[in-house]
Amino acid sequence: MTHAFFALIVRDLRLAARIGGGGGMAVFFFLVVVAAVPLGIGPAPDLLARIAPGMLWVALLLSSLLTLDRLFHADYEDGTLDLLAMGRVPLELVVAAKAIGHFLTTGLPLVIAAPLLGLMLNLDVAAFPALMLAMLVGAPALSFLGVIGAGLTVGVRRGGLLASLLVLPFYLPVLIFGVSAARAAMAGFPAGVAGQSLLLLAAVTLVSLVIGPVAAAAALRANLR
Amino acid sequence: MSPMTSLSASQRLQAFANPARFMALSARLLAPLWVVSLGFLGVGLYYALFASPPDYQQGETVRIMYVHVPSAWLAMFGYSVMAMASAVALIFRHPLADLCAKSAAPIGAAFTFLALVTGALWGKPMWGAWWVWDARLTSVLILFFLYLGYMALWTAIEEPTRAARAAAVLALVGAINVPIIRYSVDWWNTLHQPASVFRMDGPTIAPEMLLPLALMAFGFTFLFVTLLLVRMRAEILRHRVRMLRLAQAAARAED
Repeated sequence: MTHAFFALIVRDLRLAARIGGGGGMAVFFFLVVVAAVPLGIGPAPDLLARIAPGMLWVALLLSSLLTLDRLFHADYEDGTLDLLAMGRVPLELVVAAKAIGHFLTTGLPLVIAAPLLGLMLNLDVAAFPALMLAMLVGAPALSFLGVIGAGLTVGVRRGGLLASLLVLPFYLPVLIFGVSAARAAMAGFPAGVAGQSLLLLAAVTLVSLVIGPVAAAAALRANLR
Repeated sequence: MSPMTSLSASQRLQAFANPARFMALSARLLAPLWVVSLGFLGVGLYYALFASPPDYQQGETVRIMYVHVPSAWLAMFGYSVMAMASAVALIFRHPLADLCAKSAAPIGAAFTFLALVTGALWGKPMWGAWWVWDARLTSVLILFFLYLGYMALWTAIEEPTRAARAAAVLALVGAINVPIIRYSVDWWNTLHQPASVFRMDGPTIAPEMLLPLALMAFGFTFLFVTLLLVRMRAEILRHRVRMLRLAQAAARAED
């Protein structure tokens, strides 16, 4: 069982690496979104520094949403998903493997790229550790909540946009706690305040680890009938 | 001993699952429900607009409250009806529960929209702004998004049984998430702006204001139930028309 689980993750990583459009594309999109911000609101360094954590988080949300429709779509089209659903690995675990693959190919590269973009947005270096830690804690929630939207819209034509609409409200707690963790570190609040938002963010992530696979598997079963 | 009494609770539930029985029962209930809801709304509006005093701080604008507060209640009530019906549909495969959830969504969304609009109309004279990023407003706005997403999913999936299952899953996930979103938004707002903009503990409500509010709340609730029944009946008829069309198409294909 564990072997099959890891094989699924490795398969997704391999597909992302070979077909492209995986981590590299997501990082590129992240970069373009962040580069569009100074062009839109003006290059004043202190203004950019103030909005940098929020901007980076919103860009992370958008890149995560953008890659959702690829989660199940190709497997649905060529019938792999039917085989996976009939296989011995429970569908919940299949979904969890997919979500982990999504996190490793889109969430993690973005977290690693975040400090570079933070420098470009004039973000205070003291806030980097808190921001990166918060992103690392929160990004799995984006993948595990995202699979719900992807599962609900599998087989729907132009499901990507619909999946984004369905999932975005669920992303908001992640955004709120993630940004406030970085903000608190930036404003030089005592570590307790940043720690509190980080703990709440971790709680949201843990809840999503449970809800995501169960709900997405139920949605896939409804859609594969 | 009549056959009804020997049935278990779930069997009794199944007895009401028969759409024909539902159509007969709801047809008899509709007229009295319309009378009761319009009656409550009529008397409530009279009290709200004419027979209650203006507020000593807010003046006449307080009358917006009699529409705003019941709408906000019904917005949340509508989502709970939707979520409970979805749970019943997923667990017991009750055929009417899907229709109930589907029919509740647009009504709940309409009440949510009404709450947002009346809130904006009230906010302009009171706070000087149509919209404030207050915790309460933000969470109602997100609730509105959840309704819209639910309805979009119903229309996006063509086959009704598939759409019903997927929408039920979405409604339940939303029901788990609503308290989390609500809490996070409250927490976000209190961190950044302390409660200076928006205070719900203004004037504690006077009895002469409580009466129209209660009348309106009853009227809105009965209106919700009435509209829900109307919509469910329409859904059943829509299903029958669909079946007839399919049968017709099949018959034509055989010719």
